[in-house]
Amino acid sequence: MKRMMMVAASAAVLLAAGQAGAAGVDKKAVLSNYADIAHAKYEDSLIAAKKLKAAVDSLVAAPSTETLAAAKTAWVAARVPYQQSEAFRFGNAAVDEWEGKVNAWPLDEGLIDYVNADTYGTESGENPLYTANIIAHPKLKVGGKTVNASKVDKKLLEKMHEAGGVEANVTTGYHAIEFMLWGQDTNGTGPGAGNRPASDFDTKNCTGGNCDRRVAFLVSATDLLIDDLKNMVDGWGAKGKIRAKLLKGKPDTGIATIVTGLGSLSYGELAGERMKLGLMLHDPEEEHDCFSDNTHNSHFYDAKGIQNVYLGQYTRIDGTQVKGPSLSDLIAAKDATLDGEMKAKLDSTMSAMGALVKTAEAGEAYDQMIGAENTEGNAKVQAAIDALVAQTRSLEKAVAVLALGEVKFEGSDSLDNPSSIGK
Amino acid sequence: MRVWGYSAVLALMLAGSAGAADLAPLEPGEELPGGTATHSKAMNRDAFSHFSVNMPFAKEMDFKIGNGFFKRFWVTAPSSTKAADGLGPLFNSRACQNCHLKDGRGHPPAEGEEAVSMFLRLSIPAQTDADKQAIASGHANIIPDPTYGGQLQNFAIAGHAAEGRMVIAYTEIPVKLSDGETASLRKPSYSIADLGYGPPHADLMISPRVAPPMIGLGLLEAIPEEDLIARADPDDKDGDGISGRAKMIWGMEEGRLMLGRFGWKAGNPTVKQQSADAFNGDIGISNPLFPNNAGDCTERQKACRDAPHGGDKQYDGFEAPANVLDLVTFYSRNLAVPKRRDATDPQVLRGKQVFAETGCASCHTPSHKTAKRPDLPEQSEQLIWPYTDLLLHDMGDGLADNRPEGMASGTEWKTPPLWGVGLTKVVNGHDFLLHDGRARGVLEAILWHGGEAQSARDKVVSMPKADRAALIRFVNSL
Repeated sequence: MKRMMMVAASAAVLLAAGQAGAAGVDKKAVLSNYADIAHAKYEDSLIAAKKLKAAVDSLVAAPSTETLAAAKTAWVAARVPYQQSEAFRFGNAAVDEWEGKVNAWPLDEGLIDYVNADTYGTESGENPLYTANIIAHPKLKVGGKTVNASKVDKKLLEKMHEAGGVEANVTTGYHAIEFMLWGQDTNGTGPGAGNRPASDFDTKNCTGGNCDRRVAFLVSATDLLIDDLKNMVDGWGAKGKIRAKLLKGKPDTGIATIVTGLGSLSYGELAGERMKLGLMLHDPEEEHDCFSDNTHNSHFYDAKGIQNVYLGQYTRIDGTQVKGPSLSDLIAAKDATLDGEMKAKLDSTMSAMGALVKTAEAGEAYDQMIGAENTEGNAKVQAAIDALVAQTRSLEKAVAVLALGEVKFEGSDSLDNPSSIGK
Repeated sequence: MRVWGYSAVLALMLAGSAGAADLAPLEPGEELPGGTATHSKAMNRDAFSHFSVNMPFAKEMDFKIGNGFFKRFWVTAPSSTKAADGLGPLFNSRACQNCHLKDGRGHPPAEGEEAVSMFLRLSIPAQTDADKQAIASGHANIIPDPTYGGQLQNFAIAGHAAEGRMVIAYTEIPVKLSDGETASLRKPSYSIADLGYGPPHADLMISPRVAPPMIGLGLLEAIPEEDLIARADPDDKDGDGISGRAKMIWGMEEGRLMLGRFGWKAGNPTVKQQSADAFNGDIGISNPLFPNNAGDCTERQKACRDAPHGGDKQYDGFEAPANVLDLVTFYSRNLAVPKRRDATDPQVLRGKQVFAETGCASCHTPSHKTAKRPDLPEQSEQLIWPYTDLLLHDMGDGLADNRPEGMASGTEWKTPPLWGVGLTKVVNGHDFLLHDGRARGVLEAILWHGGEAQSARDKVVSMPKADRAALIRFVNSL
């Protein structure tokens, strides 16, 4: 009880120390609302992951086309809040450290399970685990050492994640679960996602072999995702460490964290690595949700997350709203025109992303859109990239207007002030 | 040899906490080895994978796309993915990242494991006057084996034979240290098994190499050439037993002789040329600087020469066209050096003192100032702490590969930078150091030093064990 009082007292001090902006927009209040939205998004992600777990439990209890389809639907639904949370990456160190376990991509699926050798290839000599097939092998060789994989559980999955230092050796997170549910996409830039039969999870009439281990893999990966999401919910909760770090620092540093996340996700991660690269390569493997063909949604909700963090309002999966002082308010107080420009740019991005979703829902998946011969599809993806780039340009202007000055994004005290070192 | 800046007052103050031993002061900027490009994010397995902190948003896209290509698995041509086909036909790796694991350091294969992130370079002595001239003038690093070329590719695309398999045998050599401590060095010997294309040249020379870490490369590139060359002392005129030779090599884009900075024997002068060379030799990918679509296949490997390639017209006939090479180069220049850990710890500061007193800093030059480079804004005008002079030094017979490379002799190696070395275990899960990963940790790496570094090495053997521990702790804090 005493400790709680202390926390409350220090929170009050922090609030009092918050600096009000030109028109009375309090930076601490902006940060606090930002943290509330983060908490809500991770909590929604957790709720959706638990629903996914329930669907997975039904699938493994009674494998059928229906229960598998229900699990897939639950996975797609689970991506909605999670992707919107990606705007909290690139700036909040704790999120960045954590993220690799949850959303690692791309992955060499042959590490996990059987694959079609014709489309996958049988070996990548330099990734000795390229076709290791954990599900089929109770013993694995990693770096010359034998790993006991007789029990497929959370521990094994964590141990094998990035095994051998190869980043494509992904055994945890959304995309590992995605591969479990859909299986390999063998269609190239042609239509169709992965098409794993439900009987792959049927221990009595098993297809694909080792159904018990496949079930254990799917269940463990889902449980692990829930554990990881719980950590994030706690971190952003009222007494969470991530929230505390943000609120106890200099308000401008916190605001810079928000802007860094929005800019880095827009520009480098989404427009660059996840979209432009795939468009340059015209490669169906270069799609973020490649097994499920859900990439359009994945990109759409990333962009939506950027928009709702900027606006400071998030509609939760139950329809309720989290709303409060925002980056938008801060900028409007200094330069209403720029805020208007920013909002318009975010809207354009959303319509460009909406066009991708519409195209996908009409039957042309994202990996088809980036195909070499698909001029029209390429143009749609390029339009979304251009919109993301344009919104980042406006965001850069916003940084100037906010006069965050020499606040080094993602920096530490020593980076902010190199001259202080050694004194 | 550079003398450490020293503040007697500070030393006295600090000495109180570490007994009678002298402590070196922490110098301004020392904790940020990469200047304002240094990152201070979590020191976990991703510690070598972050971009220069001073890089603007506008460049993150290029960095991320560059990273995408760095991770990208190249595939056999022809394939539906035209932009990323043209693998091999002979190769050591399908992706940059598969040798530069986690952007970090490669390792020798574990017993029974196929070599990844390490291979053998191959060459033969100069055969003709033209060969000699090419090497003496800095236009060539080596004369390739007529059959196997400049390196042993242990993989090939389907339907082609791999060139062979590197075989390593280790012999343990015990070393006695002062104060009753001991160490053991594993002395490797290398051979090639399963030769795929018949016997190599009778005078074949081989040199094992692990993939070096990727951090701070752009900063090393930005050190003014004249500053580095000024430190060279090829005839040891100052009589300190340390020569230091500048390795000069032809800059293909620049069209002039330049200081070699990258590679264990300073084979390439720029990050771009190094990347282009590795693309071609290691993955078999042609590019504007190394346009051979067949990579390291020689004329004697005819089937390999004639195999389909990925140099499509739409990509200017290259498998990796100019923009892809530029993106990978940009990425490679901007992998940030991590902030120092424990730099103010008394044992670390004592180790820093020992490092200077022992003579390590004579070659492992602690700091440099980078030039103002309009083409490298993130790397410009930074005070950096790489602990290298980027010069060649005779390291003695123990480390010698007896395979000259350009102006570097068979006993010379370029001083490798030490920044980030202490994070090898965290990032790569091992601490195998030196050009072939023979050293298991910093102490063994030091004990392998010979030649110009013999006296420094001997001092480490005989110094009080507390000093030795401090020295190792210091190096691991870099």
